[in-house]
This record gives sequence, C-alpha cells and structure tokens, in this order.
Amino acid sequence: MSETSALVELDRCTKVYRVGSFGSKRLTAVRDVAFDLRAGEVVSLIGESGSGKSTIGRMILRLSPITSGAIRFKGEDISGLRGASLKEYHRHAQGVFQDPFSSYNPIYKADRVFKLVRDAYFPSVGSGEWTRKVAGVLDAVSLDPSQVLHRYPHQLSGGQLQRLLVARALLLDIDFLVADEIISMLDASTRIDVLNLLGELKEQGLGILFITHDLSLGNYISDRTVILRRGEIVEMGATQKVFGDPRHAYTRMLLASVPQLRHKWEEHGNGRAAEAGAIVDGEGSVLVEVERDHLVRTEGAS
Amino acid sequence: MSLAVDDLRVYYRTLHGDVRAVDGVTFDIADGEIMGLAGESGCGKSSLGNSLVYLTGRMRFVGGSVELDGAPLPIWDFEAMNRHRFKEISVIPQYAMSALNPTRKIGAMTADLLGSRGIHYKHLAHEFVRRLELVGLSEEVLGMYPMELSGGMKQRAVMVISTLLDPSLLIADEITSALDVSTQKAVAEMLVEFRDRGFVKSMIVITHDMSILYQVADTILVMYAGHLVEKAPAGVIIDSPRHPYTRLLISSLPEVGVRYAERRLHGIPGTPPALLNPPEGCRFRDRCPLASAKCAHTPPFVEIGDGHRVACWEAAA
Amino acid sequence: MSAPGNVSTVTTRDELPAGTAGSPRDEEAKPVSGLRETLYFAVRNKKLVFGLTVTLSMLALAILGPLIARHPPLEYGGHLSLAPTTQDGYWLGTTLLGQDVFSQFVTGLRMAFIVGALGGGIAAIVGMVVGFTAGYRGGIVDELLNMVTNVVLVIPTFALLLVIAAYLQVRGIMTEAIFIGLTSWPWAARAVRAQTFSLTSRDFVSLARLSGSNSRQIIFKEIAPNMSSYLFMMFILLFGGAILIAATLDFIGLGPSNTISLGMMMQLSVQNAALQLHLWWWFLPPGLAIMAIVGSLYVMNVGLDEVFNPRLRSM
Repeated sequence: MSETSALVELDRCTKVYRVGSFGSKRLTAVRDVAFDLRAGEVVSLIGESGSGKSTIGRMILRLSPITSGAIRFKGEDISGLRGASLKEYHRHAQGVFQDPFSSYNPIYKADRVFKLVRDAYFPSVGSGEWTRKVAGVLDAVSLDPSQVLHRYPHQLSGGQLQRLLVARALLLDIDFLVADEIISMLDASTRIDVLNLLGELKEQGLGILFITHDLSLGNYISDRTVILRRGEIVEMGATQKVFGDPRHAYTRMLLASVPQLRHKWEEHGNGRAAEAGAIVDGEGSVLVEVERDHLVRTEGAS
Repeated sequence: MSLAVDDLRVYYRTLHGDVRAVDGVTFDIADGEIMGLAGESGCGKSSLGNSLVYLTGRMRFVGGSVELDGAPLPIWDFEAMNRHRFKEISVIPQYAMSALNPTRKIGAMTADLLGSRGIHYKHLAHEFVRRLELVGLSEEVLGMYPMELSGGMKQRAVMVISTLLDPSLLIADEITSALDVSTQKAVAEMLVEFRDRGFVKSMIVITHDMSILYQVADTILVMYAGHLVEKAPAGVIIDSPRHPYTRLLISSLPEVGVRYAERRLHGIPGTPPALLNPPEGCRFRDRCPLASAKCAHTPPFVEIGDGHRVACWEAAA
Repeated sequence: MSAPGNVSTVTTRDELPAGTAGSPRDEEAKPVSGLRETLYFAVRNKKLVFGLTVTLSMLALAILGPLIARHPPLEYGGHLSLAPTTQDGYWLGTTLLGQDVFSQFVTGLRMAFIVGALGGGIAAIVGMVVGFTAGYRGGIVDELLNMVTNVVLVIPTFALLLVIAAYLQVRGIMTEAIFIGLTSWPWAARAVRAQTFSLTSRDFVSLARLSGSNSRQIIFKEIAPNMSSYLFMMFILLFGGAILIAATLDFIGLGPSNTISLGMMMQLSVQNAALQLHLWWWFLPPGLAIMAIVGSLYVMNVGLDEVFNPRLRSM
C-alpha cells in the first residue's frame, strides 16, 4: 500500500477566511485536514454544504491561498508557488467544476478553452499537430469533433460541456484531476457516462479527487473516501470500509439519509436530529485508526 | 379531491416558433394520492406543474382540459384562477427558498399573502405557529428575515406557508434539489406528514430524483420530451418498469452498494429532441433500443396493468 | 495520460438540449446575443431609433454647421439684436452685441460633443481601471480603491473649480473636459466594480487562471467583453452627464475662456437681459439643444438596455 508514494499529500491544511470590514472577523472553513492520494486512485471527498470540500479542491489547485499547513505534489510543497512555477504545476494538476454553463465564457465558442491552453502551454505547436492532439483527447472522452467544435456553449448539452472540460485537462497530460461536483448538474442518464469516463482515466493512471455530496456516486467510483463535516475530517479510509462499516455517527446519519431505490428510509425523525446539530465532536478530538486504512474521529464514534 | 387532466397542451411562444413543452398530457390523481412527476431536464415536468397554477409570460394554453374535484379549472384565465390559487391549489415553485423577499420578515410576508386572499392574519396566526413547530421551526422565525435562515429552514417555512389554507392539491417543484441529504430527507418526510395530517389532500411532487420519489410517492409519472411515457405505483416503476426509457433510466442510477469495479452502469446515449419542432411519433424513438417502423406513430398512453399505463408499442403489446 | 481510451463511442446527435426556447436548429454557430438578433431588436426599438436619430442629427449639425456659418462666432458684426432672418446668413439672428447666434450655436454644439466625448471618455477610462482592479483583486486593494473613490466622490467640485479658475487665466475646452472627467468617474467605478465582482466568481475565470492566463488577460478577455453592453451604456450616460455638467459650469461662468459654448450662450443671454428684451433666439436654441442632446442620449440608453437584455424584450 505505501510502496507507491503519494501523488498529492495534504498536511494539516487549514483555511481561515477574514470577513467583515478590513478582515476583523475570522471564519474557519477548513481545519487541520490531512490525507493523501496516489496515482491511479480516486479519492472521494464527501460532505454537505459548508463542509469545506470545494475549498480544499480550490486550495489544491492553488486558486485559493492556504492559511497554514502544506500541500505537497510529488513531494514538493506547492502552497507557495507563483508565476512560472505555478503555471508549470498546472501542467500536471487541473480541475473541472460543477456548473458546465458557468465554466464557459458565454460570448466565446466552447472550444476556446482549448485555445487558451494552446496559447499558454503549446505556443510553438503547429496547427496540424494541434488538430491531431485535440482529436486525440476528444476521442478519449468519447466526443465527436464535428459535434462539439466551433459551437457555442449554449448549443451543447451539459454532458458534452463537462466532457469537453475533461478533454481540455487531458491536453496537458496531467497526473491529477480535481472533479468538483462535476455531475451534479447533469441529467441522471448522462451522469453515469461521465462517471465511467473518470473510471477509465483512473485505470490509465490518473489520480482523481472526486468532490461530491452524493454518497452513491462516491461509493460507485472511488477507492478511498474522506467524509468531511464543517471543515474537519470525521471518517476516512477505503471506500468499502467506510461505507460497509461506518463508525462515526455522522457517517451513519448520512448513509441513513440517502434515498435508496429499493429500501425505504428506516426511521422517521432521523433527519431532524442531524440538523439540530446533535452530533458534536469536542475540541480535542483526533483521528484514530480503527483498522487498517480506516480512520475515525473520536468522540462521536462508537 | 381528485384531479383529471385531459390532453393538456401548453406551449411557449418564442421568436422561432412554439416550444411544445406539454404536448397532449392525460392523467388522473386520486384523493390522498402523492404522485411523483419524474423526468430529466427539459422534459416539461416543471411546465406541466406550473401550468396548473400559473401561466407565466411566455406560456400559452393551447388545448385540453383540467378538472379539480369535478369542477373545471380555468387555467387559461389568470383572474379566474385567483379564486383557486392558494386555497384549492397551491404551489411551491422551484427555487422558492431563494425567491423570498429579502426585505420582509417571514411573519409580515405571510400576513401580506393572506391579506391578498381576503383573510385576516390573526385568524390563522395560531395555526401557523402550530404548523411551524410541527416542522421544527420555532415561533421566532416569524420575526426573522430570510437571510437569517438556513436553506432547510427556508424550505420548510415555504412549505408551511404554501399549505396554510389546506389546499386540495399541492404542487412541489424540485423542493429537495438544492438541499443537503439530511435536510432532503426531513423535507421529503414532511411532505408525507402533511398529507397524513390532512393539511393537503393530494400532491404532485416534481423532481428528477427517482429515489426520493420511491421513498415518498404513491405513484410515479414519468415524462419525456413533453409526453407522458409511463405511470405506475412507485414500487412497480422501480422494480418492473415497462417503457424502455424508464428501464434505461432506472438502470443508470447508482445506489449505495454498486461499485464501478464490480458492475458497470450505463447511461442513455444521445440527447432528448428539441421541443421547438419535435419529431413525429414517439419522441424517444431515436435513442430507443426497441424502436421500429411503427414508432413513427405516436403510441397512446394505455393501461397495461393495475394502475399501470405506458406509451409504447412494444410495452403495450 | 495520452493513450486514448477504448470505449464505445457515445454518439451525440446534432440536436440542441430539449426546451431551449428560442434557439435555432441551424448549422451556423451564433453567439448568444447574436449580432443579427441584436440588430433585429435594435431597429424595432422606438426609443433607440428616436434617441439615435436626434443625437445623430445634432452631431451632423455640429460637424457641418461651423462650415456653413457665414460669420465667426465671436465677431462683432454690425447688426445688433437682429431677429432670425435670411439676410446675410443670420439664420438665428444676432446677440445684443452683434454676434451671429447661428454661428455661436453650431460652435457650441461642437464644443458640447467634444466635452462630452472627452470628459465622458476620461471618466469612463478612469472608472474602468479603478473598477476592474478593485473588483478583480478584492481584499486590501479593493478597500484602498474604495477609499479613494469615496474621497473623490465627496470633493466639492465647484469649490475646486473656483480655485482652479482663479489660477488659470486661460482655460480651454480641454481643461474643462479633463476636470469633468477626473471628478465624475466614481459612480462608474462603483458600477464596474460591482459587475466585476459577480463575473469574477464565475467558473470560467477560475478556468482561465488554471490555463495560465494572467490578471490583465483575464480582465480584458474574459470579464470586460462580458460586460460590453453595460460598459457601452455606461459611456453614453457619462457622455450625457459631461455635457450637462459642462453646461452648468459654463452657465455660472466657470467655462472655457477662449471659446463659446451652449452654456455660455445661455449665461451671456441672461446676463444681457435677453429674457426681458425678448431676444428669444439667443437663449432658446442653446437651451433646447442641450435638452435635446442629453434627453435623447438617455432615451437611447433605455432603448439599448431593452435591446441588450433579452428579458426586457417584448415579443
């Protein structure tokens, strides 16, 4: 398990926002988060709104500065990168976001996202070679070039737009992808295809951080799972262990609340208890290894 | 109460022609029934739900009839519908919780709403507070502004307000979509509780999430590209769907337990047809694995079992 | 990560997402607010057509007028207080002191357009620079620029202008335009900042950052083009505003010292008791002209808003 070194490693990451006039108040969005991700592995970051999962994704991509702690990519701390070295980092790590229609500038054609990459990273590549490269990545995401090139975003479907963004990331020959709720705005019938695409990319060696609030999707695609609550990890480990044998009360509550297709919800009143904040982890709670590859936060775990 | 919709057609006027969002829809809802209206984006389910209450600017009533409790519902007449809205038929529109007036406290807003129906707030104040407490909101909510409430709290407040006059029919449009999974469960269960306590007689729950419908709905009606494709009791739709679209849709939903490594799920290739100039015949034809020549004629929505109706030549055969 | 995956091809047909109201199914790719569609609504919008017609007519007069005027505007000709007549080209008569009103009028029109374009232009540029920077960067830069904006907003412009007038013996139209430009940009900066804030939070800006674009490229290529209609309308408002401010300054005597303008015509006419002497041709044309230009610009702007914003369009 630990023979292959981590691709991405978060070390006690914390993000504190300053709010109010001249930043007088503080809001802790992410607190002491630490986990790692290896090549060819999908790690799901699961949490509800306000859990900090998107903030973590943005910090790893360096779209948001990290307040304290370190994020290491292939051993190197990337939290302080700027300028040319940041640009180089993005050759290896890219992201796809939730809303396909917000990810494209509506006044330009959709394939302009490719052009931006070309101008910044492949300025000297000839047009013939570039066309071949684009055709290659479009094939990898199962898109027909004649259907998606030279079109405006509003002429394409959500699924096509998301795949196009994955294709853009592949142009750079990346090692790591942050997928932030990329299918939550897609229709049910196209979701699974995009998810399967992530599975194929994973099998080819890409490391993927799959951020979602939907436990069924996380369970379907990921090797390991991290459950986040209000900026802290409450449980993490191999997906089958976390879902099969949830130890933390919050994880159990989440699993019990997921609407399933063949089982009715067990008890009533369960959801209300959770909203009342009945599950509380004390100040000094820590993550404890309950079995191999399964960690749970104490106080609240049974 | 009962709802009978017969061959309803509602189109949107646009510069390029009519978008046929609801194109010949016929169904019934019995007294006390919670019917789920499922479908993917653009299928017309929101248009159908909203057309029963309020035709927005671009919507045009083209044909068909709607009967509520045996009396015709004049959905094409905005003024005439005023008598029915909120009292007999009520709606929780999509994004309702984001549409609350940010400058009005909840209590004041409700008083305005009741006043517009000629009801003095003080007659219902006691009942209003009782229902708020039932859904887990304290009386303090009345004096709060929308931005002071969380998403789940707002949604519950909207649910209580919309059903304050005990409507016969409630239309809930995607009320669980923007919520966390734990709040989703609370809100969905609340719908059932409202029906069980008699605050609402029947409901149409519009959502794309089939699994929520399985949990709360009695029957499910599946819509595709402006047409109805299947209606059946919830368990039957999930366990033994007959229409190819429904079957493909159900099989593409990952449940907790299914893993990519073990069983690969598949989506439905292709996209739904544009409703601007929809194709003749069955609209699922181009994506359907069972399509044949006779699908060039629109299949009728026929009964094939107990409470089970399908619009498909193959399934009905 | 360069080997293509071997998967079954998902054929996506050449069809639009269902329910896309108003989108044509033709092959040609058109932008969202397609130029053709915009022009279609533009020519049908009465306010826009009316406003544009009036403004362009005035502009034509401003350009061609001074070329056909028979007498220089400030020359003291022989005839005093002449009513409008075809004789000698005094189509709008003369002032109390014998100057050709028509010539003054068309020169004044020219000055109005110059000060509008220059003053409005300077205000627009400063406003955009401050607004984009504050909106995109946020944080401490935003706080500082906000302070600067607020300070400029509360500067008493008249007092400042009086001080400047006292020091500069000769003031040209350029000075006036620059002064107006440098004191009327705050509201433009605020407006641009607000729009920039909302656009910066969109994912396509994040994606541009992930594609190696720097701040300047993002502002000019991603954010500003999305606001182009808004910026255009803002410029028109600044243009009209500058003309009004110039007219006001001229009327109270703080205008340029070496030329004539519409506001100055009104000031001189009032000073020389034109109202009492019933010399209506002296003060009526400039007053009506200011009203016409600024009014039509504002009406045009309302029309433009309807054209650009699909939701305001009537079917």
